[in-house]
Amino acid sequence: MKLIHLIPLASLATAVYAAPQAFDFKDPKGVNNAVFQLDAPLESINGSANGISGTVNFDLENPTATTGKIVVSVASLTVPNPMQNGHMHSDKWLDAAQYPEITFEAKSLAQVKTDGDVTTAEVTGTFSLHGVAKDLTVPVKFTYLPDKLSARVPNLKGDLLVIRANFVINREDFNINKGQYEDKVSPTINLSLAIAGAALKP
Amino acid sequence: MTDPDFDGKEATMKRILQWLAVLILLVAGMTWLATGANRGWTKTSVPVKTLDQVTGIEGITYEKKFRPGVDFLGAAALGAGLLAGASLFFRKPKPTTKH
Repeated sequence: MKLIHLIPLASLATAVYAAPQAFDFKDPKGVNNAVFQLDAPLESINGSANGISGTVNFDLENPTATTGKIVVSVASLTVPNPMQNGHMHSDKWLDAAQYPEITFEAKSLAQVKTDGDVTTAEVTGTFSLHGVAKDLTVPVKFTYLPDKLSARVPNLKGDLLVIRANFVINREDFNINKGQYEDKVSPTINLSLAIAGAALKP
Repeated sequence: MTDPDFDGKEATMKRILQWLAVLILLVAGMTWLATGANRGWTKTSVPVKTLDQVTGIEGITYEKKFRPGVDFLGAAALGAGLLAGASLFFRKPKPTTKH
């Protein structure tokens, strides 16, 4: 076989190697979480959700091509007050029975900057909550941790991708009691996402 | 002239209700202070943060713990008020004047 015949094979191998990795965000350790904070004049509500799943396709060499979808189970949203918890999941607010998921699906990345294993970008995607989908642009920090999966989950080999994002949504944009109870339940909701996904290696 | 009925059972009942009202207020206040003087609503669980050393993510789990809030104090004050109010029904009757 002539050397020239090996070039396409080498290109193919490089392409396969450089293909984005699919990171699964269903965390076996249950550490992944989304924190929400609402600060109204009369009441402050702080809670978190840990029912997080989804997949993100990420390539450190080409982060602009990142795609993926993160899903948060509404039933996993928790606040420490049992009455508030019940109200939050009820049909008066998030209606967990009818709209069981909150999702963010990435469409495009802009202002991508990579420094070592850390990439920051403005990610534009579709945020769906309470049956309403809205395009949002969110600042996101990706931290790629090669070969760190075994340090977290013994007997498994692979890479980790940590995603952190802080952004604000308005509940009124998602038809959640528009114009009502604003003195007790702030219309603006601060969201903080800190999640780790794993890409297995053979 | 004294009313023998009031001096006996009814006066005791009035005193018990008033003491109960004070006791409820004191116990509720001390419980509230002892559990951290939570100025929010009553909590039946508290978030506990654990750091994942590999990823640096702070995981949040909820531990069952009773943290009375201002609604607990309000309920105690209402209960104490009702007891104190009920004690007013045991009034010493006004002396009747005869013409």
